[in-house]
Amino acid sequence: MTQLIQKSALTTDELQEIAKTILQEAAKRGADQAEVSIAANKGFSVSAREGDVETIEYHQDKSIDVAVYFGKRCGAASLSDVRTDAITAAVEAACHIAKFTGEDPASGLADKDLLAFNYPELKLAFPWDISVEEASKLACECEQEAVAYDKRIMSAESVDVTTMHAHDVYANSFGFSGAYSYTRHELSCVLVAKDKNDDMQRDYSYTVSVDPSQLTPTSLVAKQAAERTVKRLGARRLPTMKSPVIFAAEEARGLLGHFTGAIAGGSIYRKSSFLVDQLGKKIFPDFVQIAEQPHLDFGLGSVAFDDDGVLTRPNVFIEDGILRSYALGIYSSRKLGMQTTGNGGGIHNLTIKPGQKDLAALLKTMGTGLLVTELMGQGVNIMTGDYSRGAGGYWVENGEIQYPVHEITIAGKLQDIYARMVEVGNDVDVRGNIRTGSILIEEIMIAGE
Amino acid sequence: MTDIFEIVRHDLLEPAGLTDHQLGEVLHTLAGNHIDYADLYFQSTYSESWGMEDSIIKGGTFAIDRGVGVRAMSGEKTGFAYADDIILPSIDQAAQAARSIARVGGEQPIKAWQKSKSHELYLPVNPLHSLSETAKTRLLHEVDAYLRAKDPNIIQVNVSLSGEYETIMVMSSDGHLAADVRPLVRFGVSCIVELNGRRESGHSGGGGRFNYEHFITQNLAFKYADEALRQAQVNLTAVDAPAGAMPVVLGPGWPGVLLHEAVGHGLEGDFNRKGISAYSGRMGQRVASELCTIVDNGTLPGRRGSLNMDDEGIPTQNNVLIENGILTNYMLDKRNARLMNMKSTGNGRRESYASLPMPRMTNTYMLAGESDPADIIRSVKRGLYAVNFGGGQVDITSGKFVFSASEAYLIEDGKITAPVKGATLVGNGPDVLTRVSMVGNDLALDEGVGICGKDGQSVPVGVGQPTLKVDELTVGGTRIHE
Repeated sequence: MTQLIQKSALTTDELQEIAKTILQEAAKRGADQAEVSIAANKGFSVSAREGDVETIEYHQDKSIDVAVYFGKRCGAASLSDVRTDAITAAVEAACHIAKFTGEDPASGLADKDLLAFNYPELKLAFPWDISVEEASKLACECEQEAVAYDKRIMSAESVDVTTMHAHDVYANSFGFSGAYSYTRHELSCVLVAKDKNDDMQRDYSYTVSVDPSQLTPTSLVAKQAAERTVKRLGARRLPTMKSPVIFAAEEARGLLGHFTGAIAGGSIYRKSSFLVDQLGKKIFPDFVQIAEQPHLDFGLGSVAFDDDGVLTRPNVFIEDGILRSYALGIYSSRKLGMQTTGNGGGIHNLTIKPGQKDLAALLKTMGTGLLVTELMGQGVNIMTGDYSRGAGGYWVENGEIQYPVHEITIAGKLQDIYARMVEVGNDVDVRGNIRTGSILIEEIMIAGE
Repeated sequence: MTDIFEIVRHDLLEPAGLTDHQLGEVLHTLAGNHIDYADLYFQSTYSESWGMEDSIIKGGTFAIDRGVGVRAMSGEKTGFAYADDIILPSIDQAAQAARSIARVGGEQPIKAWQKSKSHELYLPVNPLHSLSETAKTRLLHEVDAYLRAKDPNIIQVNVSLSGEYETIMVMSSDGHLAADVRPLVRFGVSCIVELNGRRESGHSGGGGRFNYEHFITQNLAFKYADEALRQAQVNLTAVDAPAGAMPVVLGPGWPGVLLHEAVGHGLEGDFNRKGISAYSGRMGQRVASELCTIVDNGTLPGRRGSLNMDDEGIPTQNNVLIENGILTNYMLDKRNARLMNMKSTGNGRRESYASLPMPRMTNTYMLAGESDPADIIRSVKRGLYAVNFGGGQVDITSGKFVFSASEAYLIEDGKITAPVKGATLVGNGPDVLTRVSMVGNDLALDEGVGICGKDGQSVPVGVGQPTLKVDELTVGGTRIHE
C-alpha cells in the first residue's frame, strides 16, 4: 500500500512547472510582479498502544500560496488543488483582492540582484526505506520496552513513528525558481506512570532527524522516556521564593525562542519587541555568542534560500553579548530602511555557543536551585519582556537532584533573565531549529505555595 | 427552508459527478474487510482574510481547501488516509490505504443510508458574499481612523476581518448520511500605546457563525476597538504582579478558559478510555464544590463553538459535565464511545478532512450562581481579580494547568485597586474547583474568538462563566505578596 501513496506524489520538477504556470497566469492578468510558494509532502505515521498498532495515518499535503503585485498593491490566494481551473480561479482571486488593498511602499519582490540564483544544494533529504508494517513493529517494540522498564509505568499514551518527505518550491516573476527536498523522521514515546499514592505523571522522549540512520536507537528512546516519567512521580510544590534556575537544554530552546521572536523584523517594525532600538546594546553577558547556521547539512532548520528567494547566510545576532543584527526579510527590511538578512520566514539553526560543562557539572555550579524540564502556557510578552510561565522540574541541593516539583511558575523580565545568564552547558539539543545546551540563570522568581 | 443536502451535494459531489451509488460502493468495499466501522468525510472550505496595518489595507488573502478523508476502524485500530481531490480514483486510493489496518477478508453489509437530522443553529449563508470588498475594507479603514483619533499615544493599530464558508458531508457504514453548511466570521483589533518610553498593547474582537453584518450592526467593531484601547491604557499603569498562592476572583466571560483547561480537556473521552486523565475513574464523584455546574453545549445558536452536527454527523448536545460538583459525563466521539460501550455525545470533531476526529469541546461554561459579583470582590481581603486572559494549557494526566491573565487587578480590603502586569495562574484541575467558594449571578459567554489546539489540530470553541471566587490559586508574579 505504500506504493499506492507514493505514486501520486509530485516531484520538485513538477512543482516548479506548476509554479511557472501560475506566474504565467498572473502575468496574463496584468500583474507587475508575482511570486509562488509551494509546499508538498507525503508520508505516514503509525501509533502503537498496548502491544499493538492503534492508528495508521497516511499524509499527503500540498499548499500553494500565490501573491500578485499591481504596482505597490498586493493580493494573495492559497489553494491545495493543482487542477488548471483551480489555479486559474486562485490567481483571479488574488488579482481581484489586489484591487482593494492599499498602496504599500514596502511591498513587492526582493530586488533581482538579491535573489539566490546560485543556491547551494544541502544534504537534507534521506528517505526512510521503511514499510508501514516495519514502522508499526518499531513502535510496538518501543512501547513494550518502555512499559516493561518499570512496574510503575501504567501504559503508553502513545508511541508514534512518523516519516515524511517534503518538497518546497519558491518562484517569482524575476525568473527565480528554487526547489529543495527534505525529510523528517521521528520516533516519540509518551508514557504515563502511577505510584502507590495514585500520583499520576506523564513524560516523554523522542528522536527526530532528517536521516533515519541518525535516529536514536529505539531502546534508548524507550529507556529515556521511562526514566523521565518515573522520575516525575511524587512531584511537590515549592515555596514562593527567588532562586537560581537551570533551563534544561530542551526548555532553554524555548528561552532562546523568545529572543528570535524579539529580533524578528515583524516585531521590530511593529514596535512590539523589547529589543526595538537595541542594536549595538548589551543584551547578554560577554560570553554569549548567538549565530545561525543556515547551510548545515542534516540541520532541521537548514534552507539555502529564504521565503523571499534571498540567499541565507550565517548571521551573527549576538557577539560578546551585544545585539549585532535583527532577523529581517525583504518586507520588514524595507519597513525599517535596512537590508534583508535572508531571514524571510525566520531564523535557521540558531546556535548559542556551548560552554564546557555537561548538565551534571552545571547542577554542581548552581548548587541549590531549580532545574526546569517543563514549561507550560503562553505567558510571554515579547513587547515588554514580561515573562511568567507554569513550570515543572526538579529541586536541586548541593548539585544533586532532590525531588520532582510541579504546579509552580517562574517569572521575571526577559531583559533581566538574559542579562543574568551565568553559563551555557555543552549538552546541546539538536532536535530543532534552535541549538542550545542547558542554561543557568542567576536568579528567577518562583511562585508556589 | 433551504435543503442543506442539496447545497452540500452541489458543492462537494457534483463537480466530479459523484453519485451516492459510487460512494456506497467505496464504503461497501471499505467495510467488507473485518472493518467495524468506516466513514467518508467530504469538506470544502472557502476562506478570506483582510488585514490593516499602518493604515494600509494589506494581507488580503483568499483560500480554497477541498478534500475527502477516509477512515476505517477495526477493534481499537484506525486506518486513515485522505485526498485533496474529490474524484473517484483518489477516494478509492485513500480507501484502500485506510482499510489496510485490517488485513483479513470478510464481508459486512453496510446499512442503508438515512439522512440524519441536525440542528438549525445558524443559516447556511456564505459570509464572504455578505459584504462587498469595498464595504469590508471600508470597515477596517473606519475602525483604524476611529481608534487613532481617540488617543494620541497610539503608535500602532492592527485591524483584521476574516470569514469562512465550509460545506461538509459525512457518509458512514452505520447508515448515517449527514451534511452541514458552516459560516464563521471573526473581527479583531489590537493597538499599541506608548507613554514615557513604555509600550503596552491591548486587543479585542469577536465572531461567530453568521454574516459580517454582525460587526456593523450596533457598531460592534468600534466597541471592540474601544475595548482594545482600554486594555492597552490599563496596562500602561500596571504594576508588577504578586507571586504566590492567594484568593483569586475571575471575571465573567472569557476567564472561562479556566474551565476549558482545568476541567474540559480532562473530561474528553479519549484520555479517560485510556485511563490517563486526572479525572479517570471519578464518574459520580465530587470533583468541584456544589456551587459548580459545568456544561459543554454545542447547541447555542450562532456561537463560534456551536455545530448543527459534529464532524461524525451526530447532532451536538448540551452535555452536563459536572452537576452541583459531581462528575456526570465525559465528552465522546463515536470511536471512544464504541470502545467504552457508551454513546457519542456529539463531540467528535476534526480540524479538516486531513485529520482524524477526536473528542473535543464546543462551548464550555459554568452556569450562573446566586452571588452578587460586588459581594464576591468584597469578600476578599488580599487577592487578585483577573478579567482577561490569553491562552492556557493543561497536562491532563497530572491535572496541572496554567492560564495567563492579560488584565488583572489587586484586591485589597475588599476593593479593586491597582492593575497588575500579566501573570500566569497555575493550579491542579481536580483540585481547583473544590475551592470555588462563590459563584456570581452574571454568567457571560466569550465574544467568539476561541481556538482550541489538541494533538496539532485546531478547532473553534467557546467558553464562559459567571464571576467566581477560587479560595486559593498560585499567581505567577514577580513580587512577594505580603
